[in-house]
Amino acid sequence: MFRLFTALFSSGVYICNIQAQTDSMPENIDSLLSYQLEETIIIEKKSISDKTERPLATLDQYLEKSGAINMIRRGGYAWEPYINGMGTERSVITVDGMRIYGACTDKMDPVTSYVEITNLSKANIQHGQSGSTGGSTIAGTLDLTRKKSTYGTKSLSGTAFTGFETNNLQKIMGTGISFSHPKAFTDINFTYRDAENYKAGGKKEILYSQFTKYNMSAIAGYRISAHQELEVSLIYDHAKDVGYPALPMDVSTAKAFIGSVEYIQHHITDKLDRWETKIYYNDVTHIMDDTKRPVVPIRMDMPGWSKTAGFYSLLEGKKSRHFWKANLSGHHNQSLAEMTMFSNNPGEKDMFMLTWPGVHTNYADAFAEDIFKISDRLKLTFNAGLAVHNNIVKDEFGFNSLKIFYPDMQRSKTRFLKRLSTNLQYQKDNWYYTAGVAYGERAPGVSEGYGFYLFNSFDRFDYIGNPEMKNEKSVSATGSVMFYKGKFNTKLSGSYFYLLDYIIGRPDVSLSVMTIGASGVKIYEQVPYAHIVNTSLDINYELISNLTWTARLSYRNGNGSNIGNLPLTQPFSYNSGISYQNKICDIDISIQGAARHKKINPAFGESELAAYTILNVFLDRKFLLNDNTLRLRAGADNLLDKKYSTFADWNRIPRMGRNFYFNLIWSF
Amino acid sequence: MKINKLAYICFITILASFSIISCSKDKPVDIIPNELEGLKLATTIQNDDHKIEVYTASGKFQTGYNEIFFQIKDKSATLVNNATASWTPTMTMMSMSHSCPASEVTKKDGAQSTYTGYIIFQMASNDMEYWELSIDYTINGTGYSVKDKIQVDATAKRVSESFQGSDGKRYILALVEPSEPKVAVNDMTAALYQMESMMKFIPVENYKIIIDPRMPGMGNHGSPNNVNLTQASKGIYQGKLSLTMTGYWKINLQLADAEDNILKGEAVTAENESSSIYFEIEF
Repeated sequence: MFRLFTALFSSGVYICNIQAQTDSMPENIDSLLSYQLEETIIIEKKSISDKTERPLATLDQYLEKSGAINMIRRGGYAWEPYINGMGTERSVITVDGMRIYGACTDKMDPVTSYVEITNLSKANIQHGQSGSTGGSTIAGTLDLTRKKSTYGTKSLSGTAFTGFETNNLQKIMGTGISFSHPKAFTDINFTYRDAENYKAGGKKEILYSQFTKYNMSAIAGYRISAHQELEVSLIYDHAKDVGYPALPMDVSTAKAFIGSVEYIQHHITDKLDRWETKIYYNDVTHIMDDTKRPVVPIRMDMPGWSKTAGFYSLLEGKKSRHFWKANLSGHHNQSLAEMTMFSNNPGEKDMFMLTWPGVHTNYADAFAEDIFKISDRLKLTFNAGLAVHNNIVKDEFGFNSLKIFYPDMQRSKTRFLKRLSTNLQYQKDNWYYTAGVAYGERAPGVSEGYGFYLFNSFDRFDYIGNPEMKNEKSVSATGSVMFYKGKFNTKLSGSYFYLLDYIIGRPDVSLSVMTIGASGVKIYEQVPYAHIVNTSLDINYELISNLTWTARLSYRNGNGSNIGNLPLTQPFSYNSGISYQNKICDIDISIQGAARHKKINPAFGESELAAYTILNVFLDRKFLLNDNTLRLRAGADNLLDKKYSTFADWNRIPRMGRNFYFNLIWSF
Repeated sequence: MKINKLAYICFITILASFSIISCSKDKPVDIIPNELEGLKLATTIQNDDHKIEVYTASGKFQTGYNEIFFQIKDKSATLVNNATASWTPTMTMMSMSHSCPASEVTKKDGAQSTYTGYIIFQMASNDMEYWELSIDYTINGTGYSVKDKIQVDATAKRVSESFQGSDGKRYILALVEPSEPKVAVNDMTAALYQMESMMKFIPVENYKIIIDPRMPGMGNHGSPNNVNLTQASKGIYQGKLSLTMTGYWKINLQLADAEDNILKGEAVTAENESSSIYFEIEF
């Protein structure tokens, strides 16, 4: 192993044709502090030294690199982001501040599946309530920021890229064109991906793990005056034939249209910096079926639709040492999902039900934040938000269905969701500290509140929503210590969440299962409390010039009253790598792995997992050809073809085995 | 000012003409509501004096519970609204004949000249065996009678059960509601009669009908929050039936007497997927 390691590394360094020059790291207390407070995944690379994921990786793979995020994987694509160990009901995921609701009752289409890396410049993660302009949350927020050009000298630039991955024969192709002008800009891009089934370690083909996806995106800005801008943005995303090997069904079509118009005004007065108002609309169609599966107990179709219209208006200003933000936002969502089962007995009528009974969500939110810069070393952030959340079951058929379980159920339910957070940041010499406490509340999600016989293939239970639940509440504390000195920097961070009225499905033995082969029926209920602890340690050390060692250790723990370990909780995990970097070249060798997973929840269908370690290598080389740049990245993930599953693999489907990949990007 | 006056006159004239138009429009509308709304003519039975038009919702007679309406018309086609009536359905078979459960005949609620009741046919007519319906009625003290063959069709689904209980008595149990099942908690009604003789059927009182709806096409799953049927009126039992989706449902039945002895039917278990008595609903 060590010999392989050295051999790979030395040959890589040779190819790199050394041009020694150390990139100095940015030194800025404010940016460092904000870096500490929120976590940012840079997607659009400004330079080759921004080494994270391979440039043409899926967004899922990018997000998985963040210490705060786990991606729950049900197949080759469209993974579900878990922020701080909590699922999408407990977090707010936005695209440029826009709320989008997935249309799948089985979480097969998280918001992140409807955008492409080519649409985005970065992903901002905020923990708990801190800076949650997006709305009321428990776990945190993930805002995906669109990539866009700036107003500037008239220029036209573009990229064309292609990639190939050997394991699943994934073909990636795309192009992007950017136009800049002092008064306008436009970015248009297109990405296509097509993958076959992938193979786990040991060459075992994972059936139904294929996917095909098209994504088109356009964004245009017009400068009305020096300080006034208007922007229009569109994303059209279309995935076809997406397999979910961990689930009993696949997706023939998942489509999203995401559009917005935004007005931005800056330098309004000395005290008012920026006013940004956006209106948006998105429409998601998700067609789930089992037509590709040869043997099923019964054929079924489960289409779902989600439409959201919303707005936000954000004002930013400053007054002496105070930097404040005020945000008003609101949205209206309509979620509907059907299930039709086709009887095996000829002549019998189809069995039809509404699994999401036409649920409308109306949400209005007011949020304010003040950053008080007490001194150059000390900053205090305080924010508070209040939201009105209303659910209405619009569909008569669906309302009557739910009344089977809840005869006294009201059609409409309104809640008030409060949130408060404060955070202190302090810097002394080479040490940086943050500490914060927060309180937040959330309403049950559409499935938790109104789902009707939703089958969970992990614990094999049918789930029934519960419209009579209280708000789930969270008290959380976050903190971090960072040491930053020249070649060595390290960060230890942690968060603790105490969740009250924690929502989880609990078995009700009096109920009869609907899905053939299901073990029982669970009703969403609330247990008095649950705890979640997240910790991580990051180390970055420049051993010698251009040669850097990085390591991350992370650990989560979660448990609740009467439920034991919370499902899908990450065990002790680590990654560590050595990279050699200079201006044109980057060679990297790394390991990643996890300890044996024992903190399982058997009631959720979890079984223990063995420890694993995998080895990844890559070489990144930039070629300069006149004004154009050609970038080549070649590498291998899981080089030793290890067969393994992680805690985040739904139904323990094995991860991808050895995968060689090639990314080629031409910029002009 | 003059213009104003003129406008005022015009306005009044227009208003007046509107009211005239609306008056004349109102006139043709029959003040008497249509007593036969939603019903179709099933058969007409006549004697020398009267013509009796018999209606049902479907325009047919079917096995199981039938809600039946009729009107009596005299020779001048005038509706008779002061009759009292009773009826007897009779099945003539090869070697025997019998009747079936039938309610009394009453005036339809709120109606002037429509009579109603229900008949539970436990079997369909065929080439050799036929149903006859005879109606005896009295108008102003004079008795009349009509009788004719009627066609009773078999329903596609099982909506009535005729069986012998463990007490040795013969019972007829028929599904009344839901006639339009929904994915919801449906009000369920059934009629229960005991066969005292070939020609006499009496409503059963104070029994209980235990229901267990299942979907045999979908792993034989059940539904929650059903309410067993208890007596609401003479021979009529009511409860609640939860149907969680559309499709084919089998409503497994057990009949319990006033002392909770099961007279017929078995509980559905993993080993026993159906009771020997059941109704079928498909929607």
